[in-house]
Formats: sequence, C-alpha cells, structure tokens
Amino acid sequence: MLQALTLLFLCQLAGEAAVRAADLAFPGPVLGMGLFFAGLLVAGRTGPSLDAVADTILKNLSLLFVPAAVGVMQQAGLIAANALAIGMALVVSTLLTLIVTVYTFRAVARFQSGARP
Amino acid sequence: MSEPHGILRIWVYLSETPLLWLTATLVAFVIGDAISARLGRHPLANPVVIAAGLLIALLTATGTAYGDYFAGAQFVHFLLGPATVALAVPLWHNRTAVRRNLVPMCVALVAGSLTAIVSAVTIAWAFGAPAPVLASLAPKSTTAPIAMALTESIGGIPALAAVLVVLTGILGSVIVTPLMNALKITDYAARGFAVGVASHGIGTARAFQVSEEAGTFAGIAMGLNGALTALVFLLAPLFF
Repeated sequence: MLQALTLLFLCQLAGEAAVRAADLAFPGPVLGMGLFFAGLLVAGRTGPSLDAVADTILKNLSLLFVPAAVGVMQQAGLIAANALAIGMALVVSTLLTLIVTVYTFRAVARFQSGARP
Repeated sequence: MSEPHGILRIWVYLSETPLLWLTATLVAFVIGDAISARLGRHPLANPVVIAAGLLIALLTATGTAYGDYFAGAQFVHFLLGPATVALAVPLWHNRTAVRRNLVPMCVALVAGSLTAIVSAVTIAWAFGAPAPVLASLAPKSTTAPIAMALTESIGGIPALAAVLVVLTGILGSVIVTPLMNALKITDYAARGFAVGVASHGIGTARAFQVSEEAGTFAGIAMGLNGALTALVFLLAPLFF
C-alpha cells in the first residue's frame, strides 16, 4: 500500500518536474498519469495493493472536491454580479457538451463498425 | 464563569491547527455521503453539495475566513494530483475496451472539449460577463487543479475557476442520467465518456456510481480533456 502511494506521488512529481523543466503551461498530474500508464503498459501488470489504493482513491473522488466547492463563499459577490451570464453559460454549455460528445462518440463508433464488419 | 473561557481557549487553539478544518471536511463529507446513500444516490443529493453546504454554514456561523479553512482542507485538496495519476490504473485495466473505442473517443474528445470551451465563453460574453469571468469560465470542464493553473495563464481568477469547475461538475452529474435516458442512449462507454468530458472528476465520481464501465470511460475522458484543454490554451495564443 505504501509502495503504491509512493508510486503515485513519484509519477506526479516526475510529471510536475518535466512540465517545469520544459516551461509548459501543461498540468503536471496529467503528464504523471500518462507516464504511469506507459509504465503499466511496459510492466504488463498491476499489483493487488496498487489496485486497492487506486480503487479507494477513485471511489472517494468526490471528497477531494469539497475544499474547492467551499470556495464558492469567497466568490459569492462576483458570481452574484454575473449570475445570469454564469448560470446560462454553465447550464447550456454543459448540456451541449454532453449531447455533442455522446452523439459524436456513437456516430463514429457506428461508422467504424460499419466500415469494418 | 471559567467554562466558556475554557471552551473559547480550546477553540482558539484548535482553529489555529490544520486538524480542525481537515477533520470538519471529512466529517461533512461522511454526512453528505451517508445522506446521498440513504436517498439511493439520487443525482440531486450530491455529497459534494451537501458537504460544502454544511461547511459554509459552519464557517459563516463561526466567522471563519475561507483562507483559514483552506489551511486545513488543503491536505484533502492536494490529493487531487495523486488521484489524477491513479486514473492510469482503471485505464490500464480497461485497455482492450479503450483500444476498441480509440477512434470514437478521440473524435468525441475534440468535439466535446471545443464545445465546452467555445459555448461557455460565447454565452457568458453575450450576457455581458467581464473578461476575467470569461477567462475563469473557459477551462470549466477540466478538473480543478488543471483549470486553476490554466485560467491564471489567460488572466482569469483561479479561485473563481475552481468554483465554476465544481458547479459544472455538479450540473453535469445531476443532468447526465436523466438526459441520457431521455435520449435513449444505453452505451455506457459513450455515456461515461460524455460526462467525463463535460464534468471531469465529479462527473466521473457519478459515473462510477452508475457503472464501472461508465466510470472508467469518464475517468479517461477527464484525463484526456485536461490534456487537450491544456494544449488548446497552450496553442491558442499562436493563432490569435
């Protein structure tokens, strides 16, 4: 379990370091995920403790958003002043994004299975 | 009259250590999660909303500033990084399904990611939102640490971006199940992928509640959308 956690932190650290070194405005943890995935592909297996740690973190993912969500109290004034613009943008954009993504996914998948019977 | 003084002294001591607000965050989430489970994981009973509501009420009642709260809560917030890295594990376990759906995923990712950025900024601009708000809205469909880093590079407000990210996540996770059922889409890979692109980690958490397959594709979508949005922000200045 400790090795698994250390592995996650190491990958994030490698990702952050690489992004800083290359001076890119790219999120380090995402690069860390890519590095970790590449490592798993090379290793060809995960271990039970790694599976357990990843499973525990991802099952409780919602918890990690709570501190940022509480931040709404600090931004209340700015949000209230732009309530209509922000509300419309969030609702319409989220709906549109869900619909565009799911239909594009389905359409390409159908096209692909038609092209390759 | 030494009793109130004693309590006050304990309060002053505790409120200066990270332990108090770290514990309060965990307790609020345990309560929120229990309520959500009791209500059969109804999309409106979102554990993040319940926990944040309880904490905001508590902070307001005790006159605690958000900065003091975050000094404790940052340890929870910090885990978003390792959690992002951990997404590689379900990605690896589902690599066969991922490879089979690679083309639809890539095309849907580009379409969805651009829709999220362009539609949010255009709508808010049309309703007269000022530039810092637009810049804070642009990365709203990526996960919080990514959005906060990206918005800073284009003149947005990281704290506002974090809040908009969370609101987008909650909206998406509330809308997705009724919307997909109404559209009669039963492909859980596609459903999960869509909510991951639109609503990052909160959408992913919701998708894992619905099905493991949906959760996995949501996790992949969240990771890829973070990467793609970062690329768009990196490259966009070259074209404008």
